[in-house]
Parts: sequence; structure tokens; C-alpha cells
Amino acid sequence: MIPLSHYLILGALLFAIGVVGIFLNRKNLVILLMSIELLLLAVNINFVAFSHYLGDVAGQIFVFFILTVAAAEAAIGLAILIVLFRSRKTINVEELDSLKG
Amino acid sequence: MPDMNLVSLKTAVALPEIFIAAMASLILIVGLFLREDSRDRTCYWLSLLTLVATAALTFDGIVGSPISAFNGLFISDPMSALLKIAVCLISATVFVYSRQYNLDRDIFKSEYYVLGLFSVAGMMVMISADHLLTLYLGLELMSLCLYAMIAFYRDDKLAVESAMKYFVLGALASSILLYGMSLIYGLTGSLELGAISNTLSAIDQSNLALALAVVFVVVSLAFKLGVVPFHMWVPDVYQGAPTSTTAFMGSVPKIAAFAIIVRLLVGGLGELHEMWQQMLIILAILSVAVGNIIAIAQDNLKRMLAYSTISHMGFFLFGILSGTDAGYSASLFYVIIYATMSAAAFGLILCLSSKNNEYDKLSDLAGLSRRNPGLALLLLILMLSMAGIPPTAGFFAKLSVIQSLINAGLIWVAVTAVILAVIGAYYYLRVIKLAYFDSPVNETPVSARSDSKAVLTVNILLIVAILPWIGTLISICNDVIAGFGV
Repeated sequence: MIPLSHYLILGALLFAIGVVGIFLNRKNLVILLMSIELLLLAVNINFVAFSHYLGDVAGQIFVFFILTVAAAEAAIGLAILIVLFRSRKTINVEELDSLKG
Repeated sequence: MPDMNLVSLKTAVALPEIFIAAMASLILIVGLFLREDSRDRTCYWLSLLTLVATAALTFDGIVGSPISAFNGLFISDPMSALLKIAVCLISATVFVYSRQYNLDRDIFKSEYYVLGLFSVAGMMVMISADHLLTLYLGLELMSLCLYAMIAFYRDDKLAVESAMKYFVLGALASSILLYGMSLIYGLTGSLELGAISNTLSAIDQSNLALALAVVFVVVSLAFKLGVVPFHMWVPDVYQGAPTSTTAFMGSVPKIAAFAIIVRLLVGGLGELHEMWQQMLIILAILSVAVGNIIAIAQDNLKRMLAYSTISHMGFFLFGILSGTDAGYSASLFYVIIYATMSAAAFGLILCLSSKNNEYDKLSDLAGLSRRNPGLALLLLILMLSMAGIPPTAGFFAKLSVIQSLINAGLIWVAVTAVILAVIGAYYYLRVIKLAYFDSPVNETPVSARSDSKAVLTVNILLIVAILPWIGTLISICNDVIAGFGV
């Protein structure tokens, strides 16, 4: 049987990749949205792993809700992305700098 | 196996939430079938009616004992009733201010109200949450609506850009919160806040994973509140968003933020108070300092108010971190007064703005006393209250927070808070100086719509007129916190 720590390390690694993806990515907003999805999936791995090892289904039910909210979040994120592309003709993160101060 | 019928779930406890969600859906559909000319008016009045009716439905809960419903997912206690009433009434005021602004800019008309109502529903769920799941779902419902409310001014480049920034950082904050929640779940084996608190008192608290969970939760809350060093999004979003949305997101969500902090940090993680107190002290002092100092350098009114929010949120954390009932009560009082003042401040900008003028520059206010003496007087009262000068409600809010710090033995924090508040008074007084002593760029009088001006007058005069009853309000806050039973 795979020990709990393996799952937690996987979750932590995915979460770290997601965070790094948000902060290092300077080119493309779609990659940013992908990083956000990755963050939520990393959390899901944590929840499922804990849920399995605790023998408690509540954690897995939580995952269903996270997946649903992630879908709604992706929908809103992509909608904003489209509006942004229409008004600017670019989705380059570096060019989103008209608000400063 | 818990019983799963409607009676044992006690669905009726969530009646206000069910009502507001149903009405929001109804208004969404009604808006589709109405003709262009009557749509705005109908949706506007229906939304106001919904908010007032929801507040009325909640009113009974303000006395009495906590009732748990939905098998422990949901709780209705005096604190939640007070917060929900405040949320509904302040949202209604913001809707009144926003109407003309949205009409002038031809922003989607009924959708503003529908999204606002759904956002309020999310806040109400969050306020009544007794379980990590309801807390998360309420938070997301609130945030997703706010993202859409910013982005729907789609012809405006700044609005869309700020929506994107808010979305990315908001989603990041939610994920961090979830990660913290997953660790808490793993360590305590429960998602219910009461059970989490009980388990935490039994296990070893020097656990590294527990510290990590607290750090994740505190960081995500700091992101959502916009306190330094997680404040980068606040000024951009406040400035970029259409002012009608800024007015909404700058006032009501702060009340919901109080709820999530009290439920999660005090209710769930109260056993770890020592741990999060240290973090909150740093966050609070930094945000009061940075907020007040950077606000001085701003020339955009909305941006200045954003930095003012950052400093106010720091002040609000001072009450929480004192870790006493008196402190939580002071924070509750502070956040309600702050939300009222913030709604009024953006309401004033909304009242002044016209079809072609945003009125969001500080220089636009120059000589306001000659162009519209009434609004200038309201601005004067409001700025004095925000700066915390007696005899306004803002002074008593700051006073009670500082008192709770001193009673908790955190004298040096209290002294720092007072010094920083004095620095902060500078930029509020500068606004008054602009309005009263500078000469206007053009002398033409500015006017405001009578309905929003009337509500604004009531809103701002309330800040001063509440004084005889301020003791009552504070004792209500004390009672509801005592009812929360920390």
C-alpha cells in the first residue's frame, strides 16, 4: 500500500508548481488559468488522500464541490479572458500594466 | 446515519438565504422578459424590496440561542443575524447610489442587481457557516459574482484588466485557503468547526503541520481582506472597477470577511490563538502603516480610498488579534461602521459623477463647497469620521478597538496604532482642504439625483446622529459576541 506521505508530497509538489506558474509566467494568461486549476487539483489530492486514510467520506464529498466550483471559476476566468482579448487584442501578462501607482 | 428529511434538516432556519437566492433568480428571469425602458426600474425596485425583506426575515434571529441546521453545516445565531441585517441594508444603499451611474454608462442594467443579490446570498451563507464546506461555498459564490460585476463594464480597458487581476489573485487566495483546510481536515479528521476546535484542544499543538495549516489559512484571509503584504490587488481593483461595483465590493464584503475570520480563526482555530496572534500583529501594523502612508501620495480618489481600506482593515484586525470577547466585539462594531462609511464615500463619488465625468480625481473635488455646499458638508463629516475625529462614529470605532488592545496587554501595539492613525488623518483632512479652501477649476454647480442624494444624506448623517445610541449599538455587539460563545 502506498503511504499517506507519498500522496501529500505529490499534492504539495503540484501546489508548488501551480504557485510558481502564477508568479513566474509573464507571457500567457491561459497558462495562468491552467495554474489555478492545478492548485485546486492539488488540494483535491490532499482531500482524497486524507479522506481515504481517515476512513471518512466527508473529504471526498468536499472534492465534488471543489470540482464544481473550479468549473464555475474556469468559466468566469475564460469569460474575462475573452473580454480582455476583445478590448486589448493581447493576452500577454506583461502588457497588463495600465494600473500602477 | 443522520435523518435526511426536510424537517430534521431544519430548512426553515435558512429561510432568508433561500428567499434571496430565489428572488435573485426571479429577477434574472423577469429582466429577460421586460422591455428595455421598464427593465431597469422593475429590477431595481424588486432588488431593493428583496434586500429589505431579507433583512426583515433575519430580524427575529438577533435574540435567542443558536440554532444549528442541515446536520451541522449551517448555524443561525445572534451574530449571524446582526451581520446579515447589516449586509442587506448596506447593499440596498449601494444599489440606490449605483443606479444612475450604471444607467449613464449603459452597463448591463438588471444584471448588476442580480449579481449583487447572489453575492449577498453568498455572504449570508458564509456568515452562517458552521462547516468548512459552507464557508468555502459561500466565499466562492460571493467572489465569483464580484469578478463578474467588475468585468461587465466590458468597454472599459481598466475595468477588464482589474477584473483579471482580481480573478487570478482571488482564485489563488481560495486555493491557499483550501490547502489550509485540507491540512486541518487531515489533522483533526473533521470538517465541522466545532469538532475541529474540540480535537485541537486534545492534540499536541506544537505540530509543524498544524503551524503550516494556520499559516495557509491566515495568508488566504489576508489576501481576501487585502492587508499588507497581500494588498497589491486592492488599489488596482478599486480604481479599475466601475465605481458602482467599487462601492459594493468596498463595503459589504468586509462584513462577510469579519464573519469568516471569526468563524474560522476564533471558532475553529481558537485553540491556536497564540500562533495566529503573532501573524496578525505583523499584518495589522504593516497594513495600517503602508495604507496610511501610501494613501498620501495618491491623486486618484478611488485609489486613495483603496489605501484607506487597507489601513482600516489593519485596524479591524487589531480587535481580532487581542483575542478577547471585548476585542471581537470592537472589531464587529468597527467593521459595521467602516462598511457604512465606505458605502457613503463611494456613494458620494457616484452622486457627483455624471455621464462624461468619473469624478474620481482628487482635483475634481477642488472648491466643491462653492459648487455644491450640501455635498461638500457631507464630505466634511465623512472624512472626519474616517479619520476618527470625535464626535463621529469613526472615532468610537477606533476607540473601542484601541481599548481592547490595551485591555489585552498589547500596549505597544496600541501606541503604534494611535500614531499611525494620526498620520492617516493627514490625507483625509487634505480632502476637506481641497473641497473648502481651494478654488474650483470650473465654477459650474454640480447636482446629484434627489433619491441617491437623500439616501446619502441619511447615510452620512447617521454617522453623527447615531451618537446618543452608540452605547446601545456597542452593547448589541457585545451581546451577539457573547452569544457566539467563544
